[in-house]
Amino acid sequence: MADRVVEQAATAPATTAPVERVELLVVGAGPAGIAAATAAAGAGRQVLVIDDNPAPGGQIWRGGGPAAAERAVARLAASGAVVAPGTAVVDVGPARRLFVRGPTGMRWLEPRSIIVATGARERFVPFPGWTLPGVVGAGGLQALVKQGCDIAGRRVLVAGSGPLLLAVGALVAERGGRLVAIAEQADIRRLARFALGLMATPGKLVQALGLGRAVGSRLLPGSFPTAVRATGGGLVVSVSSGPAGSEKTGDLPCDILACGFGLVPNTEVARALGCRIGAAGVWVDEDQRTSVAGVFAVGECTGVGGVEKSLVEGRLAGLRAAGLAGGDATLRAQVRRARAFAAQLEKTFTLDPRLARLADDDTIVCRCEDVVAGRLRGFTDWREAKLLTRVGMGPCQGRVCGTCTGVVFGWAPDDVRPPLVPVPVAGLTTVPGS
Amino acid sequence: MNPRSTNDAGTVTLLVDGVPVRAPAGQSVAAALVNRPGAGAWQIRRSVGDAPRGPLCGMGICFECRATVDGRAHERTCLVTVRDGMEVRTDG
Ligand SMILES: Cc1cc2nc3c(=O)[nH]c(=O)nc-3n(C[C@H](O)[C@H](O)[C@H](O)COP(=O)(O)OP(=O)(O)OC[C@H]3O[C@@H](n4cnc5c(N)ncnc54)[C@H](O)[C@@H]3O)c2cc1C
Ligand code: FES
Repeated sequence: MADRVVEQAATAPATTAPVERVELLVVGAGPAGIAAATAAAGAGRQVLVIDDNPAPGGQIWRGGGPAAAERAVARLAASGAVVAPGTAVVDVGPARRLFVRGPTGMRWLEPRSIIVATGARERFVPFPGWTLPGVVGAGGLQALVKQGCDIAGRRVLVAGSGPLLLAVGALVAERGGRLVAIAEQADIRRLARFALGLMATPGKLVQALGLGRAVGSRLLPGSFPTAVRATGGGLVVSVSSGPAGSEKTGDLPCDILACGFGLVPNTEVARALGCRIGAAGVWVDEDQRTSVAGVFAVGECTGVGGVEKSLVEGRLAGLRAAGLAGGDATLRAQVRRARAFAAQLEKTFTLDPRLARLADDDTIVCRCEDVVAGRLRGFTDWREAKLLTRVGMGPCQGRVCGTCTGVVFGWAPDDVRPPLVPVPVAGLTTVPGS
Repeated sequence: MNPRSTNDAGTVTLLVDGVPVRAPAGQSVAAALVNRPGAGAWQIRRSVGDAPRGPLCGMGICFECRATVDGRAHERTCLVTVRDGMEVRTDG
């Protein structure tokens, strides 16, 4: 089975790969990485930005976006920073060397300093039927639509948690889809408190209201899908509404269920570099320095807080990595505000404990290896379960099921092991050339 | 990479499991696969346990959209842009 490429690698012969020295390496070309690279290159540093995606922009600016996005990408291009798209970190060697896979092959990068800007991914919660085609992430649907997936005339049920759901609802309407509803697991009390909190941040309030008008009437607070099944004419989603003990359940038919329960920071690269992880994501000090000398972290990977947090953290780290102390008071105040907003997000959209109980014994948790929840009950941690059931051993390397088992069983991920992304057998045993 | 700004002149043809599929230039291969007439439920492949699967994350994390592209196995089709003459196999 070709999915097992990773394990066969040990027997493959070692080859050498070129080594490239860089002054500053930025991993991730989302808003945070773009802001960091632009600031550092603007200060005269030699900067290389790598990103797994075919174009810079990250999650929010995927495939172009608002004028601000285009300006930011243009400023990056003008800054002198070199962008290497389609390039992912595969492994971390001694002395902060990074092994990367790009369109032209594998190479080692030897940066003097590193800014980790790897963003976040969606958190999924397993429930019966969630592996059916047509059940996608909420941010997943947004990304797929932006890359050309056609939803015109399709009935779309958006579900899960977080402000992203409203943006997805608005996009569905904009692209001619039929928005069935937005099931938000957070209840109305929490949402109201959050909306009041936004008053302190006028920009965010305008953003929330602008989206809200298009989709507001379809919002179902305190609601979440409990199961989905395929019928001849599409999907039927069972949705639970109301507080525990007095919930009501109803069936909502749709063609697409776009379901994501907030975001989780991508900490793999930082962890492989040895950086300490805090409660919200990669731990950083007030200058975005991680616990490892010469390594900074910025944006969603340090804690999920939206695009403004990514931009100001990125700029701050870019300046610091370039050895500049400029813009202190204002920039630091902006960073503090952005982090406070992140903490507020976290509180509002905390997951309802009922979500952890949606998976029944036959519900697949590990989609790569088709491991069901019933096989995982009884294990005490992720590592033990992984050894005995193959959970997390497939090509996604536990990026999906690791968050699922976090929600369902409360397991924490174990150490990061290479490769961070699957690579062909020949590439894995590559050692640095001279 | 903006699928909205394509026109007929910007259309490419790829071979999916031997069948020609037309798609606007700039789209991802995943988009071309789920937009095929008949791919109503957005299925792209089958799982290890032979269940139908389609894209989940749209951003290169889940590998549910993987296919063989021009002979390269396990390409995440949500990260690959369509090209004229591209050969995609969904059964590998
Ligand atoms: C699916 C999704 C949809 C979202 N939609 C919205 C929205 O509509 N509105 C909104 O305000 N916010 C949205 N967000 C939140 C969004 O993440 C932030 O607002 C903003 O994009 C964060 O910027 P960032 O630079 O910190 O991270 P990202 O934008 O996530 O950028 C991180 C980049 O790092 C790259 N990367 C990760 N790991 C590696 C690796 N190992 N090697 C190489 N590259 C790597 C990724 O490819 C990515 O491009 C969304 C988030 C997600 C996950
Ligand atoms: S849809 Fe998840 S990797 Fe492509």
